[in-house]
Amino acid sequence: MDFSLTNEQELFQQMIRDFAENEVKPLAAEVDDLERFPIETVEKMAKIGIMGIPIPKQYGGAGGNNLMYAMAVEELSVVCATTGVIVSAHTSLCAAPILENGTEAQKQKYLPKLASGEWVGAFGLTEPNAGTDAAGQQTIAVEDGDNYIINGSKIFITNAEFAHVYVIFAMTDKSKGTRGISAFIIEKDTPGFSIGKKEKKMGIRGSATCELIFENVVIPKENLLGKLHKGFGIAMKTLDGGRIGIAAQALGIAQGAISETVKYVKERKQFGRPISGFQNTQFQLADMNTKTEASRMLVRKAANKKDKKLPYSVDAAMAKLYAAETAMEVTNKAVQLHGGYGYTREYPVERMMRDAKITEIYEGTSEVQRMVISANMLK
Amino acid sequence: MKIVVCIKQVPDTTEIKIDPKTGTLIRDGVPSIMNPDDKSGLEMALQLKDEYGAHVTVITMGPPQAELILREAYAMGVDRAIHLTDRKFAGADTLATSHALAGALRKIDFDLLITGRQAIDGDTAQVGPQIAEHLDLPQVSYLQDLKFDGVKTFTMKRHIEEGYQMLEVDAPCVVTVLSSANKARYMSVGGIVDAYQKEVEVWGFNEIEVDEANLGLKGSPTSVYKAFARGLKPAGELYEVETDEAVGIIIKKLKEKFILN
Amino acid sequence: MNLEEYKGIYVFIEQREGEIQNVALELLGQARKLADQLNDKVYAMLFGHKIADKAKALIAHGADEVLLVDAPELKDYTTEPYAQAICQIIRERKPESLLIGATTIGRDLGPRVSARVGTGLTADCTKIEIGEKNEMLMTRPAFGGNLMATIVCKNHRPQMGTVRPGVLFAMDADANRKGEIVNYEVKFDSSKFRVKLLETVKEENDLIDITEAKILVSGGRGIGNKEGFAAMDGLAKTLEAEVSASRAMVDAGYIGHERQVGQTGKTVRPDLYFAFGISGAIQHVAGMEDSDLIIAVNKDKYAPIFQVADLGIVGDAKQIISKLTERLGK
Repeated sequence: MDFSLTNEQELFQQMIRDFAENEVKPLAAEVDDLERFPIETVEKMAKIGIMGIPIPKQYGGAGGNNLMYAMAVEELSVVCATTGVIVSAHTSLCAAPILENGTEAQKQKYLPKLASGEWVGAFGLTEPNAGTDAAGQQTIAVEDGDNYIINGSKIFITNAEFAHVYVIFAMTDKSKGTRGISAFIIEKDTPGFSIGKKEKKMGIRGSATCELIFENVVIPKENLLGKLHKGFGIAMKTLDGGRIGIAAQALGIAQGAISETVKYVKERKQFGRPISGFQNTQFQLADMNTKTEASRMLVRKAANKKDKKLPYSVDAAMAKLYAAETAMEVTNKAVQLHGGYGYTREYPVERMMRDAKITEIYEGTSEVQRMVISANMLK
Repeated sequence: MKIVVCIKQVPDTTEIKIDPKTGTLIRDGVPSIMNPDDKSGLEMALQLKDEYGAHVTVITMGPPQAELILREAYAMGVDRAIHLTDRKFAGADTLATSHALAGALRKIDFDLLITGRQAIDGDTAQVGPQIAEHLDLPQVSYLQDLKFDGVKTFTMKRHIEEGYQMLEVDAPCVVTVLSSANKARYMSVGGIVDAYQKEVEVWGFNEIEVDEANLGLKGSPTSVYKAFARGLKPAGELYEVETDEAVGIIIKKLKEKFILN
Repeated sequence: MNLEEYKGIYVFIEQREGEIQNVALELLGQARKLADQLNDKVYAMLFGHKIADKAKALIAHGADEVLLVDAPELKDYTTEPYAQAICQIIRERKPESLLIGATTIGRDLGPRVSARVGTGLTADCTKIEIGEKNEMLMTRPAFGGNLMATIVCKNHRPQMGTVRPGVLFAMDADANRKGEIVNYEVKFDSSKFRVKLLETVKEENDLIDITEAKILVSGGRGIGNKEGFAAMDGLAKTLEAEVSASRAMVDAGYIGHERQVGQTGKTVRPDLYFAFGISGAIQHVAGMEDSDLIIAVNKDKYAPIFQVADLGIVGDAKQIISKLTERLGK
């Protein structure tokens, strides 16, 4: 057992930190403030392979692994959680299910464009009446000769406005519940497919979260992803992988808040000395750092298991549960240690605290993670 | 076109701090990086590769851990990496360093040799021109930009205090590049994955062509007589006086600190 | 190498378009002091074309002898002709030490020459003293200025050093000083002249990055308005400095965001930072506290900026700026 990074991983971390610090951080406040999708950052990330980290070289990816991918989402989220989730949703929720479930033709068609970042990917499962209870899907796909005709809508879709490819789920047999769900690949310009209203969110405000609307969308049968009626399993497996990305995002947010706080408490003077000299500050920082490091271990363990093709869904659930709750706790403490300044947008911890909250909600709420973890204990 | 770029691993001097109690340098936890001027030199080479299909070799002289910047160079897109390392090179000043590098460069065929203008740990700006002298090649230092005519002639833009100079020189030649010349590209993710599959050639004294007397401590004409930390800031002085007197105090301070003569 | 044969302190006199550069006079001033201690002589190496009329001033500034090399090859600086001229002098005259200005010319020429004659060169000295064995002790900053190192060149001659402009002091010209002007002939090998100078272009470096500036004149609320900033501009020009500001001034639109210092702006560490009318909120201080010398002017004597300032003046920033500009302009 070895907890240290390899030379290759260290070099990768150095590159991604450099990139985050110089290209992503300067835009973070603006992206949040203006609710702007940082398309120029996506283009820069595309150029150096960040949009296709765990995709094999044969499909135009970087040929890296899930651990590197998690490290990338972490480091990007240290400075900008919006950028972190853009990469996470694109990679885990769109490229990954195509790689893991797609036919060779589908992989050849979509992966090179996704991995190179020429196309951005998105994922559509949630509906107004189907959140945690995915079986409540009302979007339906009806067979029509060589095609499927899709009707319905999806909400809270990350990257929606800027994506070119969407992996979406629809009922192909309503009578069978979750066993009647299928997965489909839909391209941006398909007639009848449109982007609905954009959400006004508390955090990750640049991630272009919108509604997807399907009105008699005709797609060829070759766009069915995986087998007919097997969509629910694909969705669940995809979310297992996605949780590693979100856990890494939460971890990054916590780490970012710690870095900002450490800098601040050394500079801020009260009662004639830096507030870092007060034991309350020191103890708070110790707790923040310990929990964040524990999150990091869980994230890396889950990613490592996925890389080794071992079952990892419980590990991913634990990583996401713990990292998300840690992010919320750490950012809350960070704001508290900043005092009044922490409540203003002059300091990034205010944004980080808002960004942290979503990690307890999306891609399975903390309650869902607890269900996954305990179900495995009690089976 | 064949290009060789000399690169150096340096401590990130912007991260070095002085221990307020002992007045000594705190070097723990200071990251090692590719010297910024060298990195821009490497970028210049890679742009020539993009445009003219140049073959780019990087070479570094340094301890085993300096291999990291060669992997970094691979991840940025170079074709060949050479690590010059030998106990015989240890303790070298700039002149002895330039002899060792020149010894290695005699074994490599190139049209253009690029070095950074200077390394941030020493800031001497000497090794590039010294290599050029040992190899009897023309040099252009403080390079901001360079154009190649596709045959054998370079047009170069050299920074000077009042502006710039345009110079013309034929290959082979040596240039030293400023970090402001360009913004170096990032390593690519795929490049990093590949970088550790590639070979880094390790060369020692036996692989190069140089007189041993010119190497290492023995080959170094200069030596450090003493080194000391710059004095710590004294407690600030505060004056509440009339404008004329205040201006006098400021001017006196500027003279004390050699900012004014 | 018989070190006893080497005598005299030689100074490279840098000229651009026939104008002697200040750094050359500063080197002469220092060389004079050192030579007096050593009971040795100062030699000025003046290279150029049709520049004989400049030689006398060098004697007035401390040279005992001017070696004047007047040749068309030396009209404008390029590395090789200059290196050949210096190296011939070194071979024929055997200097004990040789000083060059640490300019873009001197830092190009120095290492080329040191490699050709096989001696040591200490770059960017800030101090030169004489050691116990009459050797030169050359002190220079290293590690980004965090450390000072004193360098010696024990067994090789000449002991070469480059010195930053503005660090040493020129002596006042003394027209009564006596000295000799020698026309020195250099045999050039023009087959080695492989770099061709096409043109020299002068430009206003208007778009300087404030993080690169050696001196920053920074203003805050106490500067008030546009006129206040215009006055700061004037002072900055006099000091060859750049203007920067606190966030309040950027938000008020007096100056662009690229010149903002602080948490949400840039972190700077110039040699000199003037804080005019800046209170010193922590977010500003975080961006400038590592500056080498901080001079703060503020009306409020309890302003936190005074806690990080090396020199604090309680007073009206605008008045101080205008008076200081006036005095420095003289």
